[in-house]
Amino acid sequence: MDSATYRLGLDGDEIYAELLALHEGLSEAESAALNARLVLLLVNAVGERSRVEAAFAAARRPKG
Amino acid sequence: MPRYTYRPFDYVAPPELTGGPVRDAPVVIVGAGPIGLAAAIDLALHGVASVVVDESDVVSVGSRAICWAKRTLEIFDRLGVGERMVEKGVTWKVGRLFHGEREVYSFDLLPEDGHKMPAFINLQQYYVEEYLVDRARDFPELIDLRWKSRLVGLAQTEAGVTATIETPDGRYDLAGRYLIAADGSRSTIRHLMGLEFEGTTFEDRFLIADVEMTADFPSERWFWFEPPFHPGQTALLHKQPDDIYRIDLQLDASADPEVEKRPENVIPRIEKAVGGRPFTLDWVSLYTFRCVRLARFVHGRVIFAGDSAHVVSPFGARGGNGGIQDVDNLAWKLAAVVKGEADAALLETYDRERVHATDENITNSSRSTNFMSPRTPMERLFRDQLLALAEDHPFARPMINSGRLSRPASLRGHVAAAPDGGGGPVHPGDPCPDAPLDGGFLLERLGGRFSLLAIGTAAPATLLPVLTLGSESLAAERYGRGLFLVRPDQHIAASWAPGEAGTAEIDAAVEAASARTKELA
Ligand SMILES: Cc1cc2nc3c(=O)[nH]c(=O)nc-3n(C[C@H](O)[C@H](O)[C@H](O)COP(=O)(O)OP(=O)(O)OC[C@H]3O[C@@H](n4cnc5c(N)ncnc54)[C@H](O)[C@@H]3O)c2cc1C
Repeated sequence: MDSATYRLGLDGDEIYAELLALHEGLSEAESAALNARLVLLLVNAVGERSRVEAAFAAARRPKG
Repeated sequence: MPRYTYRPFDYVAPPELTGGPVRDAPVVIVGAGPIGLAAAIDLALHGVASVVVDESDVVSVGSRAICWAKRTLEIFDRLGVGERMVEKGVTWKVGRLFHGEREVYSFDLLPEDGHKMPAFINLQQYYVEEYLVDRARDFPELIDLRWKSRLVGLAQTEAGVTATIETPDGRYDLAGRYLIAADGSRSTIRHLMGLEFEGTTFEDRFLIADVEMTADFPSERWFWFEPPFHPGQTALLHKQPDDIYRIDLQLDASADPEVEKRPENVIPRIEKAVGGRPFTLDWVSLYTFRCVRLARFVHGRVIFAGDSAHVVSPFGARGGNGGIQDVDNLAWKLAAVVKGEADAALLETYDRERVHATDENITNSSRSTNFMSPRTPMERLFRDQLLALAEDHPFARPMINSGRLSRPASLRGHVAAAPDGGGGPVHPGDPCPDAPLDGGFLLERLGGRFSLLAIGTAAPATLLPVLTLGSESLAAERYGRGLFLVRPDQHIAASWAPGEAGTAEIDAAVEAASARTKELA
């Protein structure tokens, strides 16, 4: 997985703001559920198994 | 180095109260901060007289704005003070970001050469105002600066405005055809007119200090998340001229500001921030920040500019920089209307264009402030995990938002509809990029009036001033080949591919952009 390259161009801040906005008004449990759905959707959007697994590994060890 | 010495400006009893001859100035400007002063100078360059009143008689007390962006410096240069500011200021373009002890990211705001002005300078607001006052004095016939003169009342009719001014010698009425409200974030005029700011107020407090220190810090912007010397918060360090450093420390919403402000609490934090170097405290102040604006900037004959019209949090340095761009946009339009060359409808384009630009500043400043002080546990979680990822995963680093530094607003899509045939990187509404030219710079040759830039092509017969450049130049790279109609504020009004425009097309574009009522002289 390419976690070296930033790929969002000029949209990064906007996308980050939209991500936060998704959570507005949700309880902690609702937010966690939303994050789970989001991960599943993005896993499918990435598609390729090796890239998904690389992301799993990176997320598991943020300071790896 | 001595600290800044405030030299009060002389108050002179106004002719309205002494019975001397009263001058007829079409524009009254309230507020001699950076915005009011810049407006008076820009109007004077267009030959329009103004009276500027300010309740104080010294420049900005405390330093407030320090970071001035490239576009602002280009405007200051057009006004005749840019070079002096750059000479005195600390030029910088690199920002470094730390998380805890570690540097996680750095950015270069101006990676290319061939621009007259640097990405940023740091210069205390009191110097900026001092230089603007000096420059204003070059126009004794056109700029009447009146200190210790406070606006206390205001009336407007279809034909003009009357401001009631209070002075040490009593009150008088000052009449003008238009009034620029440049009276700052607590604007009296806004209150008198019953207008309200709309937007967001942030809870966290920020402690802002200027310290004097002989140190060997590089001329860079340093920003920390969770610095070892200020656990759990953010901190920002900037270098200013005269061995002065600006330090911003974020405080918890629950912190007691009065306690935090005490030198015995401030000094140890700063000591740690500067690694034990000796320093003295020059100025400390506490702020909460807002991102707000007026719904409209033009209210009949009263026009708001600068902090009276909009206020943003300082992360990104968009406050003063935004206000100077207001002036750049407004002055030529107001001058044309006052001189009877343009219809008053032209002022509506100031409202439309600067409201758009202000929203861009508000959006960016709000996002940065949110990133620093997350509003909910979930926002904090995302922020903290992004910072954690950034240590090893470069993709996350540019997403860290410690302030997106002021960039010139593009008015693309917000200016009068116009041909867009240049085919290069610039389009109508964009500010003109700079480029080297004949040992000087392109922007020194543009602006102040409508003009044509012909790159790699010939200009048709026109009454406009024309600047013709070859197609083998940095300018050609930055603009593309073609004809570019440039507004007095150095923004592209229209563009055409080579050979696409004749005299009539150009004339029509000038008319659309200028609401012109008179033929070109
Ligand atoms: C801590 C801090 C840091 C900042 N840093 C930056 C930065 O790095 N870069 C940046 O671009 N901006 C920065 N800003 C914002 C910047 O200081 C303001 O945007 C700028 O001062 C606005 O200029 P102005 O002329 O509109 O208003 P002001 O500078 O507030 O001037 C208003 C003037 O109006 C006068 N006045 C007020 N009421 C009346 C009245 N009734 N009658 C007559 N006169 C009156 C006042 O005396 C004053 O001189 C910062 C602000 C703060 C607080």
